Amino acid sequence: MSVKRKGNSTVTIFPDWCKGCGICAAFCPAKVMELNDQGKAVVLREEECINCGFCELHCPDFAIMVRPKVNDEIPAVCRAVLEKAARKPKTAASDGAAEKAGSGKQKG
Amino acid sequence: MARPRKKRNKEIFALGNEAVVEGALLAGCTFYGGYPITPSSEIMEIMAQRLPLIPNGSFIQMEDEIAGLGSVIGASLAGRKAMTATSGPGFSLMQEHLGYGCITETPLVIVNVMRGGPSTGLPTSPAQGDVQQARWGTHGDHSIIVLSASNVQECLDNTIEAFNLAEKYRTPVILLIDEITAHTREKIIIPNPDEYEVFNRIVPTMPPEWYKPYEETVRGVPPMPAIGSGYRFHVTGLTHDTNGFPTSRPDEVRELNERLFRKIDQFLHDVQLVDEVDTEDAEIVVIAYGTVARSAELAVKQARDLGVKAGLLKLSTLFPYPRKATERIMAKANTLVVPEMNMGQISREVKRVNNGQVSVRTINKVDGQIITPAEILKVLTRV
Amino acid sequence: MVDMKGTQLIHEYLRHNKKFPHVFCAGCGHGIVLGSLIRAIHGLGLKKDEVCVVAGIGCSGRLAAYVDFNTVHTTHGRALTFATGIKMAKPGMHVIVVMGDGDSMAIGGNHLIHAARRNIGVTALILNNNIYGMTGGQCSPTTPSGSFSMTTPLGQMEQSFDCVELCTAAKANYVARGTVFHVKKLDKMIMEGISNPGFGVVEILTPCHTQYGRKNKYKTPVDMYKMLKKDVIDIERYNKLSEADKAAKTPAGVFVQKDESGLEEKFYEMAARCQGGV
Repeated sequence: MSVKRKGNSTVTIFPDWCKGCGICAAFCPAKVMELNDQGKAVVLREEECINCGFCELHCPDFAIMVRPKVNDEIPAVCRAVLEKAARKPKTAASDGAAEKAGSGKQKG
Repeated sequence: MARPRKKRNKEIFALGNEAVVEGALLAGCTFYGGYPITPSSEIMEIMAQRLPLIPNGSFIQMEDEIAGLGSVIGASLAGRKAMTATSGPGFSLMQEHLGYGCITETPLVIVNVMRGGPSTGLPTSPAQGDVQQARWGTHGDHSIIVLSASNVQECLDNTIEAFNLAEKYRTPVILLIDEITAHTREKIIIPNPDEYEVFNRIVPTMPPEWYKPYEETVRGVPPMPAIGSGYRFHVTGLTHDTNGFPTSRPDEVRELNERLFRKIDQFLHDVQLVDEVDTEDAEIVVIAYGTVARSAELAVKQARDLGVKAGLLKLSTLFPYPRKATERIMAKANTLVVPEMNMGQISREVKRVNNGQVSVRTINKVDGQIITPAEILKVLTRV
Repeated sequence: MVDMKGTQLIHEYLRHNKKFPHVFCAGCGHGIVLGSLIRAIHGLGLKKDEVCVVAGIGCSGRLAAYVDFNTVHTTHGRALTFATGIKMAKPGMHVIVVMGDGDSMAIGGNHLIHAARRNIGVTALILNNNIYGMTGGQCSPTTPSGSFSMTTPLGQMEQSFDCVELCTAAKANYVARGTVFHVKKLDKMIMEGISNPGFGVVEILTPCHTQYGRKNKYKTPVDMYKMLKKDVIDIERYNKLSEADKAAKTPAGVFVQKDESGLEEKFYEMAARCQGGV
């Protein structure tokens, strides 16, 4: 999965584990994350991520996970169900998505 | 049909230090790590020859005594029965790791061949000055087992005993002998395999995921797996919880510290080894250990010949101090005599038990010479 | 587990009954070393039961508790002595010793040079942050001359140890220096250190901004990582520099790699020969 192309990765940060040292934000070549007003790292420009792996390797707290967007671990059948559920309005999943969009994340 | 002939015991003419090695190997010791020091060096030298000859035996000479005991603890954690030997100055260096052995409950045996002190002192002369150091040398409140040996045969027997107690109670055990016994050469009997007991470490038998390294058990001694046996756990010198992880929660700290004492204190009858000579009707009893006990034995015999009702309580276990045995003696005797080659280290314990009930006389000698039977006899006849 | 990579892989090797995030300060390189160690062990395909991590005292000593291997947290400076015992008793075990700079070169200096001299088959990771972090920022044997600490308020007047030169002189089999900024190289060094026979040392430059940085003009952890990026260069590049330029740089890379067999191999080979009666 070392294809260095933009928009192919999802970047997850575990805020409970992040201590806000700022290494990821300072050294990310694509400036994907920044520190928020609470001092914790947040993903702002996920679509810019080139999957270089720097943040994953250098996060001292193991709080960042970069994964390819297509998650092969979920079988195709289950994915279809999940996608169907996501398309329905007024479900928990879609609420979460709306919240994310509200916090300024733009999916590519 | 021919009756199976009982195998005759092997008899050898050995130094006290050699007997320690024989005892250790009979007990199943397969690791020695240490640093040479007079007057214990023969133990190390013979181990260096013998251990490579037995399956899985390993020997290493480390850079100092601290490292010596460190390697012994490492080997013990890896499942070996391990020991080291030293003398006063080296024993002082070992105190750091002795405490580590206590809190991590690592079975190991330290043989301390006592020489004159303090500091470099008298390297080739006997003394009994490390008795209270063996009990309280390492910092922090801790429980420990200290044995002694008064002749070459006892060096062998008590080394086996030291290994058994160490494994049974998961604790460091210190065997104190003095320069005289260590360098006395006499005939000893090597016991046949059916004549002595060997206690092997109790290992956990549950699935590894459920194993808690420091969980309370009926005996207070948790089972101990070897490193690499499938039970992965954390060993630390910090005060730890039942999972082995550092804690400072008062309830967990108290639980650990109290269990470390309880695991030995509730089995005192098993740990406290004493020998009694002519004590049934004795009015005056000598309490002695180490080479001095040998002098005392002769002095008691001579006193009996002179019509004095004398007896001897010979301590093989010095700590936990045999309180019950002393009290039993005190019920009949009116005088206790405590000869030792220091200014009064075991007599301090005797006086604590006695608490003013009978008269306690001490004979103290710190000139690097043994206490002779005549010196003890003089006190026995004068009282 | 085979397909796992990145953080997911690391999570697999962490102890799930331990509280996370770990105790290290924000931005401390020790966490990065922990990740690197896990990737190296995974990369070598070692089983968890075959690995024993022995740690000393100090910040680095806390590292052992977090990984799901056999772990031993020992006394200050003596981790190598325990490791020696474990390796001699179980030669098949991969014993990795994690120490700090004060741990390994001050109180444990004697054990370090003798472990190197006797070439015991353990791998020492020396986490060098130039300071005593846990005790509150006192100077260590690697605190550079002129820099400040709690016990050198007027600047360090003593010289500092060069860990690589020290271990090379003590005849270690494998000597390398890496940093927590150059992580992929570090992964490789730790893998080589573990797989190489005999005693291996990997000195890892890991910044301590809490205790060292704030007294020495590195305000944030990021400043310290930028310093590592700028000042630490590959050994080949370093050798080409002029003497004047060398003073400001630190060489990193593999300095020594010999394949002499370790003490435990020699011992058991000899013991087998003795027992065989040859």
